[in-house]
Amino acid sequence: MACFIVPGTEAIVTTAITKIVEKKEKKEVCSCETEGAVEAVKEEKALPFSRKLKWLNNMLWGGTALLAFEHVWHGEVTPFFPFLTAAGNAQDAVQMLKEMATAGVGMALVVTAVWVGMVAIASGIEKKAAKEIEVKKAE
Amino acid sequence: MTLLIAVFAAVITTIIWYTNDKRSQLKLGTLTLMYWGASLMWFVDAVVEYIELGAEYFTPAPADMLNDAFLGLSVVAFGLIIWIVILMIKDPLGVVRKTILNK
Repeated sequence: MACFIVPGTEAIVTTAITKIVEKKEKKEVCSCETEGAVEAVKEEKALPFSRKLKWLNNMLWGGTALLAFEHVWHGEVTPFFPFLTAAGNAQDAVQMLKEMATAGVGMALVVTAVWVGMVAIASGIEKKAAKEIEVKKAE
Repeated sequence: MTLLIAVFAAVITTIIWYTNDKRSQLKLGTLTLMYWGASLMWFVDAVVEYIELGAEYFTPAPADMLNDAFLGLSVVAFGLIIWIVILMIKDPLGVVRKTILNK
């Protein structure tokens, strides 16, 4: 009915967080005075956290957009107020809220859990690569 | 059926992303993650529906299946349109910019 609103709301929050993290990362790079230091920062952080956050944003926004399309297809979303047909009467509204609390929250949690897994795998690969570089330098 | 079509779209785009050298320029990661996000969300939807309906979930009426397949293909097309719009706006290869400036 309106389950896509929950991951959509999460997408708004994570996009805002991404913008803040991006600004912080830019400041960190700019605070390094010499070009060599900038290169060192780039090397150290192979994949910035803001980039990893963008994976989550893409999954959440993409999923929300495609699910919203499905709801329009089924006539559950309308271009006029109150936009959600279920919001028209109290009985349907209660069912809609129940669906948002179960399916909607579940969707947001599953997508976030998959993203956490992706970040963990990426961090593992980065650590392994860093170790290999250290071993090569030691040799 | 919609979930199945979305999963197939996600797997195919992932294979294209993995094998294509221009993955970054073509924003293939965005398309792939978009389909995976939708697939995960429909998977949760399917689990909730299965809890409610039980085994009946796996025996849909032919008319419902056809409608869901039509919806699934439309969703894939909608995802491709979103991706093309992002690609044209971000224009990583500068093709749109070059075309406009040449005119």
